[in-house]
Amino acid sequence: MKGSEVIVKCLQQQGVQDIFGITGGAVIPLYDALYDHQDTIRNIICRHEQGAAHMAAGFARASGKPGVCVGTSGPGGSNMITGIMDAFMDSTPMVAMAGQVPVSFIGKDAFQETDMIGLTMPITKHNFQVRDPEKLAETLVKAFKLSTEGRPGPIYIDLPKDVQNATVKGSIPKDVTIPSYRPRVKPNLYQIKKAVTALLKAERPLIIAGGGCIIAGAKDALAAFVNASHIPVNTTTMGKGIFNEAHPLALGVMGMHGTEEANYAAVHTDCMLAIGCRFSDRITGDTSLFAQGAIVIHADIDPSEIGKNVRVDIPVVGDAAETIKLLTQVFLEEKGKDKHKGSAWVKALEELRQIGESHKARDVKGMTQSNMITQLGRFLKQEDIVTTGVGQHQMFGEHYLRRTLPRTWITSGGAGTMGYGLPAAIGAKVAVPDREVYDLDGDGSFQMTSQELATAKQFGIKVTPVLMNNQYLGMVKQWLDLFQERRHSGIHFSVNPDFVKLAEAYHLSGISVTRESELVPALQQARKADETVLIDVHVDPEDNIFPMLPPGKGLQHIIGGKAYFTKTWDEVRQGK
Amino acid sequence: MYSDKKEWHPSHRHVISLMVVDEPGVLTRISNMFFKRNFNIDTLTVSPSIINGQSRITLSFFGDDSVYEQLIKQLNKLIDVIKVSDLPKGDTVIRDLCLVRVTAKDAATQNQLINYCRFYRARIVDATHDDLMVEMVGKPEKIDAFLELVGPLGIKEVSRTGVTALARGNGVKGNGMRGNGVKGNGSVSGASTSAGSKTAGSPDGGDVR
Repeated sequence: MKGSEVIVKCLQQQGVQDIFGITGGAVIPLYDALYDHQDTIRNIICRHEQGAAHMAAGFARASGKPGVCVGTSGPGGSNMITGIMDAFMDSTPMVAMAGQVPVSFIGKDAFQETDMIGLTMPITKHNFQVRDPEKLAETLVKAFKLSTEGRPGPIYIDLPKDVQNATVKGSIPKDVTIPSYRPRVKPNLYQIKKAVTALLKAERPLIIAGGGCIIAGAKDALAAFVNASHIPVNTTTMGKGIFNEAHPLALGVMGMHGTEEANYAAVHTDCMLAIGCRFSDRITGDTSLFAQGAIVIHADIDPSEIGKNVRVDIPVVGDAAETIKLLTQVFLEEKGKDKHKGSAWVKALEELRQIGESHKARDVKGMTQSNMITQLGRFLKQEDIVTTGVGQHQMFGEHYLRRTLPRTWITSGGAGTMGYGLPAAIGAKVAVPDREVYDLDGDGSFQMTSQELATAKQFGIKVTPVLMNNQYLGMVKQWLDLFQERRHSGIHFSVNPDFVKLAEAYHLSGISVTRESELVPALQQARKADETVLIDVHVDPEDNIFPMLPPGKGLQHIIGGKAYFTKTWDEVRQGK
Repeated sequence: MYSDKKEWHPSHRHVISLMVVDEPGVLTRISNMFFKRNFNIDTLTVSPSIINGQSRITLSFFGDDSVYEQLIKQLNKLIDVIKVSDLPKGDTVIRDLCLVRVTAKDAATQNQLINYCRFYRARIVDATHDDLMVEMVGKPEKIDAFLELVGPLGIKEVSRTGVTALARGNGVKGNGMRGNGVKGNGSVSGASTSAGSKTAGSPDGGDVR
């Protein structure tokens, strides 16, 4: 069997049905092998390797299975770097492969040679260069295993061309053991008991659910724990959707552009239970001011996240779902049921949440992003998937799109990769073809990967890009407006394409929305369509996203909020 | 924050021993992690081990408890790192080898240097009319002291191997656990959360502080 055939057999064994990529000199043998297996593996040809990598990520985030992307050597691999980095920051399972010059040419600066192992080392969970064809199968099995086990992440495999062409004798192992990699899944009971004691003793407990809860499939476990304990829930940007945002105890996303109620809770809690989150600076603000006086319980499958960014009192190493299940069990054993039900804390937060909701409803009007995205939110079904670009539209989406199911909010959290939305939507649609996928995007983000419209057309992958087109890099504009005396350096897109015509150029259709009343009909038309319909919404560039945490400040210094946020806990409790 | 080792007290020096997969690129992974996470390597030595397919890396670095704990966890996280062992300060033999060429043009200076070598159990390994080369093996601090001593005579060149170390019998505890209370401010029990993958029966979760 040829090396390239071994790779394809391994992909089949892993259940891979779609790969995203672009061929080229150094991966011709691999694509040649794929040619014989078109019935089982769909070979989705992208227009840029960054798009391929984001599609693999979107696929993984929608399905939980590793996404696979392929490029050729040199620029093919380096073009994937952004997508791999993005997957690394957001713990997305991915197997990225690229061709490499033949082994004997390595180190000679051969045509399209680059040191992809060196390039990807800091941005992958692990990487491999396969120099011995007999190790191909083992390496691929290892790569898939590593990409999903424990804390997921991208794995890169370097495939020298001669290795793909070599004749391989060995067979493909079903599984491999990696002695140096044994993530701890089951949490330690002693630590769980300590956590429960702290949660029972607390007057103002709070749960922070991060992306790790989605990865672990902890939706039901979390709902059960909240129903038993009545502890309010904040999510992170990556955790959005893990807890039904319509639930009275759901305070929404916390952090730099979080809801006031979520940040209020984070500032005033006396016992914080963070599960599957890494306390990114966008969540904590100034860490010296974060969770002051609160007991911090931090549960994560990656021990290195515990104590990395914030002080932790009770560390718990383990899988998020396992941790929450054990917490619930011990919580009930300790007679904690309904312990916090109807407490002053819970009541106050529910009230703040309602005030926040009413403000949201009252504030939106006209061609603002807040209004357009509110309308989009009302239009979406629960199971629809939303991907986003990066910028104001993403943060407006975080506020105004209520998500009730995990894996229905797919966004570039850690890396903040503009251009993520469209390819991620394509990847998500490939993973979950029976659901509608919306790409909430901005004109700036969208143009970074808009060529993937061709991929969507060619492979009949229907997604609905909804552009918040304000001809500005809006998030940067907001910063310049607020902190740089409106010195608008480098943010204006005075020339943008006509996005409707752009869609038409790719043999797709587009709808321009310039009036408030036009959005919903456009969305309806797009939903009915069999193909991708782009919706170009011309929004007011002066609409900024609030509340906001000024750089370098603590969560208590949020600006642009409503009056209720400024009250101390004592004032709230006494009904002042 | 960039951590310059000169700011650290010698008691903040940590020596750890890693067993790693003997494959190309492992050293890069480790040094890359140090750079990426803003840690500072003081010394690093790599040598074959008695286990086939595994190498031993001895690392020394400066840092406080939180640096130490985070570093151990990040090392544990590397797939090619099989085992991380902390080398407890009181129970470890630590050695550094130093070659130094010292100016010694006249008999008086030569004699002075030979005397110094006798005090420090160093050896003269090369001689010219202008200088003597001294070889010295010992604890890093002892070598530091020797170099300070001979400094006024004029040091032409120095080469040091960096520390290599082994725990004395029964001294090593795996998984980044501290040995018997060698540290001034108590043990870093939080390191037990670094257990993760490379643990053989370590208790999970002490208090991180």
